Amino acid sequence: MADSVLVIGGGIAGIQAALNLADKGIHTYIVEKLPTIGGHMALLDKTFPTNDCSICILAPKLAECSNHDLIDILAYSEVLSVEGKEGAFKVKIKRKARYIDEEKCTGCEDCARSCPIKVSNEYNLGLNMRKAIYIPFPQSVPRIATIDASVCMHFTKGKCGVCKIKCGAGAVDYDQEDEIVELEVGSIIAASGFEVFDPKEMTEYGYGVYKDVVTSMEFERILCASGPTAGRITRPSDGKTPDRIVFVQCVGSRDPKHGRPYCSSVCCMHATKEAMLVREHDEHVETCILYTDLRAAGKGFFEYAERGKKDYGIKYIRAKPGRIVRDESSGELEVWYEDTATLKVSRMKAGMVVLATALVPSRSTAKLAETLGVELDEYGFFRSPDPLLRPVDTTRPGVFATGYCESPKDIPESVAQAGAAALRASRVVAGVTA
Amino acid sequence: MSEETPKSPPRIGVFVCHCGKNIGGVVDVPSVAKFAEGLPNVVFSTDNLYTCAEDGLTCIKDAVVKHNLNRVVVASCTPRTHAPLFMSAIEEAGLNQYLFEFVNIRDQCSWVHMKEPEKATKKAMILVEMGVRKASLLEALEEKEIAVEPSALVIGGGVAGMVAALGIADHGFQVHIVEREERLGGLIGNIEKVYPVKRAASSVISDLERAVRASPMIEVHTSSTVKDAKGYVGNYDVEIQNGGASTFHRIGAIIVATGATEFKPEGMYSYGEDGRILTQLELERQMREGKVDGVKSVAMIQCVAARGEKFTYCSKMCCSVAIKNAIELKTKQPAIDVSILYNDIQMPGEALEKVYTDAREMGIKFLRFPLKARPQVVADGGLAVRFFNESLGADDELRPDLVVLSAPLVPREGAKELSRMLKVPLGQDGFFFEAHVKLRPLDFATDGVYLCGTAHGPKGLQESISQAMGAASRALIPLSNGKVRGEAAVAFADEATCIGCGNCVKVCPYVAIDRVERNGRFVAVVNSALCKACGTCVPACPSGAMTQKSFTDSQLLEMVDAVSQEEA
Repeated sequence: MADSVLVIGGGIAGIQAALNLADKGIHTYIVEKLPTIGGHMALLDKTFPTNDCSICILAPKLAECSNHDLIDILAYSEVLSVEGKEGAFKVKIKRKARYIDEEKCTGCEDCARSCPIKVSNEYNLGLNMRKAIYIPFPQSVPRIATIDASVCMHFTKGKCGVCKIKCGAGAVDYDQEDEIVELEVGSIIAASGFEVFDPKEMTEYGYGVYKDVVTSMEFERILCASGPTAGRITRPSDGKTPDRIVFVQCVGSRDPKHGRPYCSSVCCMHATKEAMLVREHDEHVETCILYTDLRAAGKGFFEYAERGKKDYGIKYIRAKPGRIVRDESSGELEVWYEDTATLKVSRMKAGMVVLATALVPSRSTAKLAETLGVELDEYGFFRSPDPLLRPVDTTRPGVFATGYCESPKDIPESVAQAGAAALRASRVVAGVTA
Repeated sequence: MSEETPKSPPRIGVFVCHCGKNIGGVVDVPSVAKFAEGLPNVVFSTDNLYTCAEDGLTCIKDAVVKHNLNRVVVASCTPRTHAPLFMSAIEEAGLNQYLFEFVNIRDQCSWVHMKEPEKATKKAMILVEMGVRKASLLEALEEKEIAVEPSALVIGGGVAGMVAALGIADHGFQVHIVEREERLGGLIGNIEKVYPVKRAASSVISDLERAVRASPMIEVHTSSTVKDAKGYVGNYDVEIQNGGASTFHRIGAIIVATGATEFKPEGMYSYGEDGRILTQLELERQMREGKVDGVKSVAMIQCVAARGEKFTYCSKMCCSVAIKNAIELKTKQPAIDVSILYNDIQMPGEALEKVYTDAREMGIKFLRFPLKARPQVVADGGLAVRFFNESLGADDELRPDLVVLSAPLVPREGAKELSRMLKVPLGQDGFFFEAHVKLRPLDFATDGVYLCGTAHGPKGLQESISQAMGAASRALIPLSNGKVRGEAAVAFADEATCIGCGNCVKVCPYVAIDRVERNGRFVAVVNSALCKACGTCVPACPSGAMTQKSFTDSQLLEMVDAVSQEEA
């Protein structure tokens, strides 16, 4: 009987599951495909309904994982294969080469400062640039540089080498190779999270055509003090502060034709929060949310939306826009919609439009499910054989799923459910069967 | 951990955090760090982009060793989220973790004085000076280890309570379930079917009850209440009362799973005036008893008393309950006309949205009203429901055979009493209030007490079950370890100067102080495991015998000195 647990995914659900297990005395591995743990919560500016600074409440959790005697973090790693059965899984993991000696790197970023290659920064959703050698964000765990070999000139053209010269610690190692590690674990928890549905295919909204139409996750970075605009609300096209920002809900959600028929669960509150923050940053910017049903059902959520209306002056209109066009002379966007309360077709000028895009299981989830030998449901979320009484179980004994990859949910629900997954996993390593 | 207060003179390190732009965008952080360099006993001062990031923590640990620091001051955000992190960092570097002082220059400077950067910077300097002056007098404190009784108490024998109890019992710990009613099952015991899984509620309960009854580790106390619970994490003395008889138990951890109940909207929507105006729960009973079989039309009204009518909150599960009952009615009698009057349909996620789509495809009508003009029910021999129909843009009227009111869940009677007994808070809505809305949804701020299910707020059964398993997981942390580290920065009574007046005993909200006889006189003794370090006893003490560790008189006066000097 192996007495460790493997958690796949280092977002808030995975982190919380790992901490729950480790705090109980169970050794836990966290495997994360990106160079740092933190997941989407690390990209949020504030969180609803308390407007707590997201990274401020997450960073201590990241550090706790990093410092915990019973947690081993394998970041920049992927699960290759899973063999064995409940209580005795053998897992092969690829630790991708960072081309950095993890023991030597001090996280000083001298390398990144000197690197001549700039590429789109995925941690700011492509709204600014990062270097080919980089640390994703200051609170990254582990705080170790990574060379993106797909763009680094040393790898693409066989020249450069500046980072190796600049690194005082002698940590850069161009000859490093991927490493395969084998783990023996009693139980596995999948916490592979979500990603944002690409709204380009919904051409009526002009995403990808008009620069000032952004997704709600992109807008989160624009709001964030550590984001590409340092928290100033400026639009991507010309850097001007928009007079009005229109939020469009259910983009790809509750939409069997273009996207997914299900409700992504978090977007109504997410938009409400972003609209509030707009007003906190700049009280002159008008905010308007076009919604289908205001899904504000969690604890304190309806009250939060009411505050949005009363204290922040957010305008809520029950409408689904038909299309968004750009007035070429003024550069302003126009949102055409039917107000279902007044039944009138109207248009509204908008300096910026924020699309509440559907959240879908992350791209890696399908492959992960195959590796784990478990079934997904029709939309790609992990399927439980008994969703009521065993919500975190999968179709393979000893393998559990939690967080958004199990079904759409917000942070507190993910945290609570991470505890449930930890309970099921600890039961396996404690040797309880049935 | 070193328990000795360093004998050498204070050597203080100061770390001032930019918190990205959060502090650094307003406060001139490098100047504050530079200013701190000149303060008495400060031998090292620096600024960090994020002191809480890995490199920030490494910077602290390295500086402790390199500069032989014996006190550390961090000026950054709030001790509420970050103190444990910095304290464990200095502990790793070999210092006693209580030789640490936190200065909050985010909430108290950059946030509240966002528009006045110079004044915010000046204030940050003053606060840092106060912190440094106090730090010179900090003493090492020892955390006592507290043994944890290997047993749990689950209050409430509904689905959440049973699931939580099974989760704990599975791991080999004794569990007591206390249920006020004669039978287990709670609210779900009153319903027919559970959606979206479409399973008979009775089978859910009987499966769980069978497992509970079969477990040798679970003792079920039905028709019982928790009469008293005294103590602290790991060591609660609990009295369970059944009729006139009491049993006493030593308990290590407590889970509150007392659930919720359906609000009876007396005096609203003509409820109580006519037997054909029911709540959803009453409808389910009538459906079970076959009383609605001849009914040809039903109107359901959502958000009754909720979302700002009587209660501020949305009850989360009433939309799914209404749609479930509508589908059940329609399935049994396809010709029945069912209308659901709603404002916003709350069916988040995959499975519920599917149920909502199915309901519309079955021909259940959804009619939207604005919250400003809620429907009116008139019992005039027949039944009339008048409302503003948004999709028509006009007033509308239905004449159904039955009106069903979707009323919210409200906390169980006795929640207030339990909250006082366990010293855990209720929110404004009357539901139990968790330690942190985002990241500690199942914990109370009081160690050793956890919550789950609708006691925390309205929610569906699936979410309640996830929470119950999560709460069991949280409770298993102290239970599995068999011990917890007690708070060290607590109150302390100096027996030599104590005059035994008992003022402190009277004011202590946590019943942590005893008046005991020592050598023929009475003195106060603080139970450090119970003390929550609120400090209430200190000003109540007339003889100066009571001290709040880490907030001693001399430390506080030193801080006052620092600030008054600035003023002068």
